[in-house]
Amino acid sequence: MRTSRTIAAVAGVASLALVATGCAGGSGDSGSADGDVTLTVATFNEFGYTDELLQKYMDENPGVTITHNRAATSNDARDNFFTKLGAGSGLSDVEAVEVDWFAEMMQYSDRLADLSDPELDGRWVDFKTAAATDADGRLVAYGTDIGPEAVCYRSDLFAEAGLPTDRAEVAALLEGDWDTYFDAGRDYTEATGKPWFDSAGATYQGLVNQIEYAYEEEDGTIIATENPDVEAAYEATVEASADLSAGLGQWSDDWLAGLANGAFATMLCPGWMLGVISGNAPEVDGWDVANVFPGGGGNWGGSYLTVPAQGENVEEATKLAAWLTAPEQQLAAFESAGTFPSQTETYTDEVLTGATDEYFNDAPIGEIFIERSEAIEVSPYKSVKYFPINDAMQRALTRVDVEGQDPETSWNQWVSDVEALG
Amino acid sequence: MTATVAAADARSIRRIAFSQRVSHWDFKLSPYLYISPFFIIFGVVGLFPLLYTAWVSVHEWHLIGGQGDFVGLDNFAFVLGQSQFWIALRNTFSIFLFSAVPQVVVALVIAAVLDQNLRGKTFWRMGVLLPYIVAPVAVVLIFSNMFGDQYGLVNNALGSIGIDPIGWHSDVIPSHLAIATMVNFRWTGYTALILLAGMQAIPRDYYEAATIDGAGKVRQFFSITVPQLRPTLIFVIVTSTIGGLQIFDEPRLYDQFGQGGADNQWMTITIYLYNLGWGQLDFGRAAAVAWLLFLIIVLIGLINLAITRRIAGSGDAAKVSRRARKEVTK
Repeated sequence: MRTSRTIAAVAGVASLALVATGCAGGSGDSGSADGDVTLTVATFNEFGYTDELLQKYMDENPGVTITHNRAATSNDARDNFFTKLGAGSGLSDVEAVEVDWFAEMMQYSDRLADLSDPELDGRWVDFKTAAATDADGRLVAYGTDIGPEAVCYRSDLFAEAGLPTDRAEVAALLEGDWDTYFDAGRDYTEATGKPWFDSAGATYQGLVNQIEYAYEEEDGTIIATENPDVEAAYEATVEASADLSAGLGQWSDDWLAGLANGAFATMLCPGWMLGVISGNAPEVDGWDVANVFPGGGGNWGGSYLTVPAQGENVEEATKLAAWLTAPEQQLAAFESAGTFPSQTETYTDEVLTGATDEYFNDAPIGEIFIERSEAIEVSPYKSVKYFPINDAMQRALTRVDVEGQDPETSWNQWVSDVEALG
Repeated sequence: MTATVAAADARSIRRIAFSQRVSHWDFKLSPYLYISPFFIIFGVVGLFPLLYTAWVSVHEWHLIGGQGDFVGLDNFAFVLGQSQFWIALRNTFSIFLFSAVPQVVVALVIAAVLDQNLRGKTFWRMGVLLPYIVAPVAVVLIFSNMFGDQYGLVNNALGSIGIDPIGWHSDVIPSHLAIATMVNFRWTGYTALILLAGMQAIPRDYYEAATIDGAGKVRQFFSITVPQLRPTLIFVIVTSTIGGLQIFDEPRLYDQFGQGGADNQWMTITIYLYNLGWGQLDFGRAAAVAWLLFLIIVLIGLINLAITRRIAGSGDAAKVSRRARKEVTK
C-alpha cells in the first residue's frame, strides 16, 4: 500500500512539474533586444550571395546569424511565397521575388513591410523603384539586379565549324536581328550537324522580352492569344527550333548536363546566367560571351528583395535587405555570379566597368553588360497574369521542341490553357 | 398486514447511495470514455477537415484573399468540364495499375521465398525493407536523373544493347512506367513483409496434408497460401489503392517544374489539385477536386474489396455451402 502511494505521489509531482515547464513558455532568445537574432534569407537560382558575403554582414553586426535558403527555380520560389503568404506564417525574413511574378505579388503588398527610406532615394534606376511602390506610396521591395542579355557561345565548337572565335568578330557575325542569329545557326548546323541553341523556350524568352505589351494591356485585358507579336514570336521560334534546337528544356537535368558536354553552341545570356554556366560546367573552358544580342537589347529577369510583415524581426531584416542591395554588395554579387546591378551608382564604378570574368576567357563582362543594358529599348509591361500565361507558353514550346508535338496543336492547347486561367 | 407493510417499507426505505449511482454510471459510460480519444482525434484531424473542405468547395475561395461568394456546385462543374481533370484521372489510374499490380505479385513471390527456411533469415527480411527507408524525395531525384531522356543512365544502357532511346520525360506510357518503377522500388519490400507476416500465420498442417496428397509447391501456393492470405491481401490491396490514387511526391519531383509534364503526361489528380490551389491560387476549385478524389477512392476501395473477396477463396466457400445445402434438402 505504501509503495503504490509513493509511486502515485511521485507521478503526481512529476506531471505537475511537466505542466509547469510547459506553461513557463516562450520568453526565449529571439526578440530580446540585446540577444541573438537569426535571420533567414530566401533566394532562388543564383543571386551571388556567397557565404563570405553573408559572413561579412555577420561580422559587422555581432549577434546576427544569417541562414540562406536557395530554391532551385523562380517557380519554386513563387509557389513557396504564395503558399506561406496565404498561410500567414513560414516565410523567411527576407524573400526574393522575380520580376515576372512581381506584379502578381504586388496585389498583396499590404502583407509586406514598408521599406521606404529617404536615405535610399536615387539608389536604383527609376523604373525599378516605380514598379515596387504600391498604390499607397509604400516602397515594398528593394531592387537587386537586372538582366541585360548578351550571347554566350562555345569558342571551341565555333572553331570546329570554321566560325570566328574572337569576341568582337562573333559580335559582328551575330549583329542584327533574329534572322541574322538564326541564319548563322543554320551555317553552323550545316557544317557540324550539331544544335545551335539549347531550347525553344530560352530563345522565346529573348523574343518576348522585346515586346512591350505581350500578354496584357494596362487596363487589365488579356490580349495574349490575339496578339500578332506573340504569334510571330512563337512561329519564328518554332521554325528555327526545328533545325537548330538541342531540345533541352531549361533547368532540366539534361540541360544542366548539356552545359558541360557541348550539346549546343550558343545560348542567350542575361548577366545572372554566367554564374549558372560556370557553376554547372566548371571543367569546361570553351565558354565565352560576346557583346551582341539579336534585335539590339533585351532584359530577362531582375529581382527584388522583400520583407514580409509576418516575420518576427522586421527591423533587422529591413537593415539586412538594405545592406544586400547596396552598391558595394551588389558589385560583390556581380563578381561572383554576374548578376548585373540595378543600382545607378555602380554604373560609373571602376569595379563594374573594369570587371572581367576568368571563366569566360577573361571577358570584360562589366563593359559588355553595361553596353547591353544601354541597348535595351523596350521595358515589357508585366502584370498580374504575366507569369501563368508565360508559363503556359513555355509548356507549349516544350511540347513542340522537346516532345515533338505539332506546333499548331500545341498553340491551340496554349490558347485553351490561357482561357482556362481567366 | 404488517408483513406486507414491512415489505413495502423495506422497498421504499432502501435509498440508493450516491456512490452507488456513480458506480452505475461508471459501468455504463466508461467503455465509451475509453474509446473516445480515438474518435475525438479522428473528429478533429479527419472528419472536420473533410467537412471543411466540402464547405470550401462550394464557395469561391482565394488562397490569399480568403472566402468569397457561395457558388454551389459551380466549382465541381468547372473541374469536371476541364479536359485536364480527365487526363489527370487517366494518368492516376495508369500509374496506379502499373505500380499496384506488379508490386503485389512480386511481393507475394518474395514473401513466399522469405517464408522458406533460408540461412540468415533476418538479414534477408530486413534487407528487403531497405528501399522503404530511403527518403522518397531522394529516390525520385536519383531515378529521375537516371531516366533522363538524353543523358540518363537507363537510355545509355538501352543504347548499348541496341534499343533506341525512350522518351521517359516526353511520352505518356514511359513516364508512367518510370514513376511506377520508383513506387515499386519503395513499396515492394514493405508489402512483402506484410504478406510474409500473413503467411507465417498459416498452419503448417495444411502444407503437410497437401504434400501427402501429392500437391507440388506451385499448387500449394495457389490453393493454400493465396486463399489463406485473404485478409492480408485485402489490407494490402486497399492501402495500396488509397496510396496509389493519392500519389504526389514522385510525379511532382519528376521534372524541374513539377507540373506533371508540358503535355500533362504524368500529371496526377493530386498534382492537378496542387496546381489549382497553389498555382492558380483558387482554393474553391482545388477543394472540389479533393472531394471528387475522395469519392473516387471510396468507390475504388469498395470495388477492390469485392474483387479480393472473390479471388482469395470466398467463392469456394459459397459453392461448398450451396452444395451442402442441396444435399440437406434432398
